[in-house]
Amino acid sequence: MNTRIGTRETDDPLLEVEDLHTTFTLGHGSVRAVDGVSLTLHRGKTLGVVGESGSGKTVLSRTIMGLNTASNVTISGSVRYAGEELVGRPSKHLRSLFGPEMAMVFQDPMTSLNPVVKVGRQLTEHVRYHLGLGKSEAEKIAIALLTSVRIPEPEARLDAYPHQMSGGMRQRVCIAMALACGPRLLFADEPTTALDVTVQHQILNLLAEQQRDRAMGMVLVTHDLGVVAGRTDEIVVMYAGRVVERAPTTTLFAEMRHPYTEGLLRSIPKTSEAKHTRLNAIHGRPPDLLSPPPGCKFAPRCPYAQERCRNEEPPLTDPETPGHSFRCFYPIGTPENRAAYESNLAAGLPQTLAAAGQLLATEEVA
Amino acid sequence: MARVIATRLLRLVATLLAVTFLTFSMLELLPGDPVDTLLPPDANRTEELVAQIRAELNLDDPFFVRYFSWLGDFVRGDLGKSYITGQTVADTIADRLPITLQLAMMSIGMALLIAVPLGILGAYKQGKWPDTVTSAGVQVALSVPNFIFGIFLIWLMAVQLQWLPATGWNRLTDQGLVANLKTSVLPASALALSQLAVFSRLVRSDMIATLQENYVLTARSKGLPDKYILFRHALRPSSLSLMTIVGINFGALLGGTVIIETMFAVPGLGFRLINAINSRDILVIQGITVFIATAYVVINTVVDLLYSALDPRIRRS
Ligand SMILES: Nc1ncnc2c1ncn2[C@@H]1O[C@H](COP(=O)(O)OP(=O)(O)OP(=O)(O)O)[C@@H](O)[C@H]1O
Ligand code: SF4
Ligand SMILES: [Mg+2]
Repeated sequence: MNTRIGTRETDDPLLEVEDLHTTFTLGHGSVRAVDGVSLTLHRGKTLGVVGESGSGKTVLSRTIMGLNTASNVTISGSVRYAGEELVGRPSKHLRSLFGPEMAMVFQDPMTSLNPVVKVGRQLTEHVRYHLGLGKSEAEKIAIALLTSVRIPEPEARLDAYPHQMSGGMRQRVCIAMALACGPRLLFADEPTTALDVTVQHQILNLLAEQQRDRAMGMVLVTHDLGVVAGRTDEIVVMYAGRVVERAPTTTLFAEMRHPYTEGLLRSIPKTSEAKHTRLNAIHGRPPDLLSPPPGCKFAPRCPYAQERCRNEEPPLTDPETPGHSFRCFYPIGTPENRAAYESNLAAGLPQTLAAAGQLLATEEVA
Repeated sequence: MARVIATRLLRLVATLLAVTFLTFSMLELLPGDPVDTLLPPDANRTEELVAQIRAELNLDDPFFVRYFSWLGDFVRGDLGKSYITGQTVADTIADRLPITLQLAMMSIGMALLIAVPLGILGAYKQGKWPDTVTSAGVQVALSVPNFIFGIFLIWLMAVQLQWLPATGWNRLTDQGLVANLKTSVLPASALALSQLAVFSRLVRSDMIATLQENYVLTARSKGLPDKYILFRHALRPSSLSLMTIVGINFGALLGGTVIIETMFAVPGLGFRLINAINSRDILVIQGITVFIATAYVVINTVVDLLYSALDPRIRRS
């Protein structure tokens, strides 16, 4: 009986997001920061959410968790956690899920910890609240947590304040804090962006290890396709609040179809030239979400953009390879794409020339 | 720590020198002769009598000589005594200070007790009706001068309802707490109103800023209840500027409650200071001024210490 429920549970997705919209109403218009996103995450699996700065990754993860509660926010669509609809539920109910069910590691460890509250209390206050533990039990948990994220001298750290720790240490504390109640779903919103390269790897490995040990589902948010490459089961690529490509990780890297994904792949910083990442960044800037372009949102920057792209928004395709869909009229690897490229190059479209320069550069390197 | 205290003391000395010198020169500029207030109104104002009094009080010495002789006495711990009443200045302060101190602390306490929850509520419900209502109330409170509110309180509580005496003061030490409260509640409330308004505005705006902080979002993502987040996470970082204002108010209240003390016939320090000024009672004026200046410096130091208690990041040095 138990096993049957257990099996059924593991087959059901842990998290299902369908057609989620998050809109900020501002004085001079509205920003659709998340615009019809759907995704699925199974128990114990990792989903990578990738996109440039401003593509809506943070807003998406906060909306899923129900943390976007400002009065100028409108949310529609569906978020099902373990089969239960969360959109529209009172915040009191969501609160009971935070900690034991879901938790989040935030983007910036320098500002995510309260500067005037001791680390020990920040690590355990929610454990005590949710699990009703006493002070000494909570302290034991805190020490165990700090040990598990490899913070030396954990006992001494309990009485420290955040400013007495380095950025990497603080992010470890944040991770320990998020793991404290044993969540089944962890959001990690660019957990390493604010940290230097060597610490980045340690933190990512730590997250992966904790996730394995706890069979925890994880949404790993990053702007760096390189970060999610070896660490995720599936990847969702976001642009201007929309999913432009989603696929199992191996499929995505084997046969990426969307020009934006291709651009992101080119802009992965190479460790040998870490300081020169700007060179390979995608040409142009993300659109102003207050007045986005009418057709494909990527058209103003896309090396393959045609007249059709500028007038008509491509739909998310039905998956051809299992689980792989994308939003593009001229997907990478098709003759149509090649033709579009040739004609844009001939017409001297700036983003195409830029991409061509990159192509040459990468060929030279190779 | 020793260096901190040393610089503080140095600053105190410099402040006192400046303050006493300025007060002394200011008094010099005042028109009128202190001798006039010393003579009974019906006294025969003969030249000899005036000259005799002036000599007794050293009033004929040059300005600097008088200042430095006062300073010399002060350094030896002697503040002198009133020309008029004969009471030593030290006794005068010891006599009046408890009253003013009580008024200051009571009014600040009352203001904080109401203002902090109001400010938190306003920030928490920003833009919703509880905020709109309290903000409007605060606006009104800000624009009512203390003494107008004092008059209203006297009219309501003493004249109409006759619950409390309009004026006078029962000393805590002589008449006990209840009798004391009967006379202290009205003047303290009159002093509290505008402070309450300022405090709650400050708490509200600082709190609104704090609630935007990432660590508040972190706390929310941990499933902690709102009340816990407001009081355990947001209140402390939001009370630094409140701290400063409370300190400044406290100093100002020690010397500046003249209008309210006069209105409610409270024999406090401010009341005494005004009397002394009216009668050119130079040593009393100097003594009280020195005391208030010292109190300011002490209060500032205490505020700084409280700062570092509130925010561990300041504790480093
Ligand atoms: N509170 C808000 N009010 C208005 N617009 C907002 C708000 N929060 C985010 N946005 C907008 O939503 C868009 C998506 O922002 P988001 O923070 O999700 O991007 P991101 O992908 O996380 O970027 P980054 O890599 O910089 O963290 C941005 O254009 C941003 O300006
Ligand atoms: S639809 Fe057109 S503009 Fe958009 S990504 Fe595809 S080729 Fe580029
Ligand atoms: Mg972000």
